[in-house]
Amino acid sequence: MADKKIRILIAKPGLDGHDRGAKVIARTLRDAGYEVIYTGLRQSPEQIVAAAISEDVDAIGISVLSGAHGYLFPRIIELLKEQNATDILLFGGGIIPDDDIPALKEAGVAEIFTPGAPLADITNFLSSRYAS
Amino acid sequence: MSNKQKWIETTLAKALERGKERKEFKSTSGFPLDRLATPEDVRGDYESTLGYPGQYPFTRGVQPTMYRGRLWTMRQYAGFATAEESNQRYKYLLSQGQTGLSIAFDLPTQIGYDSDDPVATGEIGRVGVAIDSMKDMEILFDGIPMDKVSTSMTINAPAVVLLAFYIAAAEKQGVSPDKLNGTTQNDILKEYAARGTYIFPPAPSMRLVTNLFGYCSVNTPKWNTISISGYHMREAGCTAAQEIAFTLADGIAYVEAALSAGMDVDAFAGRLAFFFASHNNLLEEVAKFRAARRLWAKIMKERFHAKNERSMMLRFHTQTAGCTLTAQQPDNNIVRVAVQSLAAVMGGTQSLHTNSKDEALALPTEESVRIALRTQQIIGYESGVADSIDPLAGSYYVESLTDTLQAKAEEYIARIDDLGGATKAVETGFIQREITESAYEYQKTVETKEQIVVGQNEFIVEKVPVGKLLKIDPATAEYQIKKLTDVRRNRNQELVQEKLAALRAAAETDANLMPYILDCARLYATEGEICNELRAVFGEYRATEVL
Repeated sequence: MADKKIRILIAKPGLDGHDRGAKVIARTLRDAGYEVIYTGLRQSPEQIVAAAISEDVDAIGISVLSGAHGYLFPRIIELLKEQNATDILLFGGGIIPDDDIPALKEAGVAEIFTPGAPLADITNFLSSRYAS
Repeated sequence: MSNKQKWIETTLAKALERGKERKEFKSTSGFPLDRLATPEDVRGDYESTLGYPGQYPFTRGVQPTMYRGRLWTMRQYAGFATAEESNQRYKYLLSQGQTGLSIAFDLPTQIGYDSDDPVATGEIGRVGVAIDSMKDMEILFDGIPMDKVSTSMTINAPAVVLLAFYIAAAEKQGVSPDKLNGTTQNDILKEYAARGTYIFPPAPSMRLVTNLFGYCSVNTPKWNTISISGYHMREAGCTAAQEIAFTLADGIAYVEAALSAGMDVDAFAGRLAFFFASHNNLLEEVAKFRAARRLWAKIMKERFHAKNERSMMLRFHTQTAGCTLTAQQPDNNIVRVAVQSLAAVMGGTQSLHTNSKDEALALPTEESVRIALRTQQIIGYESGVADSIDPLAGSYYVESLTDTLQAKAEEYIARIDDLGGATKAVETGFIQREITESAYEYQKTVETKEQIVVGQNEFIVEKVPVGKLLKIDPATAEYQIKKLTDVRRNRNQELVQEKLAALRAAAETDANLMPYILDCARLYATEGEICNELRAVFGEYRATEVL
């Protein structure tokens, strides 16, 4: 990896308390050499974007198991645009039906990982993005 | 030398020379598993360690006739969108032979926000039903006689409020509180540890828990005041041994809180209920339930000096393990659920929720819920495992697993005692750290295929499109907010404000808050309004994050 470590914010947006996935991903990315900041539960999209900017992260990963993905992902993208921070990548995962994924990607989400995705898929996705 | 040792050194040694075993065998709790259990591996005398169902130490079950008297309660956790739609699902489930209701609330309801609160955006009716006031509870139970049905409510931080809505709605049906039968989950400690729907800090939360105990011990004698839950900690990643330990440690904390509030142990302990997960490792799970039962009986008798045998009985609900469901080849989940249900039944559960095959993808459809319910009915009516009590007792393997799991759990409980009890252990993040560590270790075994997950990391097929999934109508939120606005418009505003003020004043004292909350509920004060009065006095909990 390059001199400057890639910084990633892992966040739990909305009211959902299922944080097993978020924590496992945070640990995995840390072990893979990324600098990881974990927000904890119940972060509003506004809080997440503010944290991403003040922590100067390269990417935001969010985990949503509550069915609120259709609101939360696009809202974060919208706020990143408002802040001229679209260089920050947004990816995520959770209980997200396949049918809902195209709309999220169209909104600007870089990648969605669904239940059972190997951890290696996530680290490969990031390393291909930040290879240089 | 024992005969077993002789066998190991002769017959077995020769076989192992010819060919190795497939792998190192470990329990999901991490201890090595013996390849062959024999009478030598079962310690302890039958009468004192196993005994008889309905008698101390209840290893073999809490009722003398177990499923010969009545099968377990088949109780599917359900709720989505509005009270109107969930009411239809409940009527369907009851018509299909379900014997108890279990309400899933949406996240704003679970965290004490009204549907028109900005933080509820996107969450209304998503993971459960939206309940804003007694009005919604009336609609939820429209046409369902509340004196006949037993209702479990998965509600924790605001359990006092939702129970008040339930009692008030029952009164409108002409049903008095003493006729009500059911359970409030009311288990705040595991919310800090794993589930995340806390509102207030631990001390005032524990007060609300014991306020509910106190009110119910006088007014609703058939109500289970708490469901002390290991389920969510297990789902978050802890092992079977940790599940027993963390759950019973929480139980100890609740008993201590009620005793400090001046209650007599036998006045409330008989209404404590428990809630566990059931995973794929069938025999370890059966042993887990048996070990938990025996250990709780011992704790209540020896630590808390309960006199009434009912206070020593660990009665529990089981749900099959959501985290074992795969999004890949979802039909395979039907088989997993069947195995897990067998474990729950052979472990002596009092009630059971079976997950639906599509729950790694969305909330279940009516069809997949029916298969899940039919799984229980096939086990109950066709498999024969419910015909004789505690049928796996006496299996050398199951008994040795039961002993080992109990011993591991006791070690953990001793560590939690040393930390100052379960409340302290969650405040300092000990339990969260243990859970996160176990979850991470497990995930690594899946990644390396040391743990095979059929259809997910092995035996994979090309992705096939899944069938119909349940979708929440986007109009739900709008409809719910309109209903809430109407409720606020049509009530006696002045009286509501007066009763809310009385609640806030009472919260400043040591009074039991349940009667004050009931006064508010009857006047259609909303959940958000009631919880905001309590927030003003108690403050809100901010978690320290543990990775």
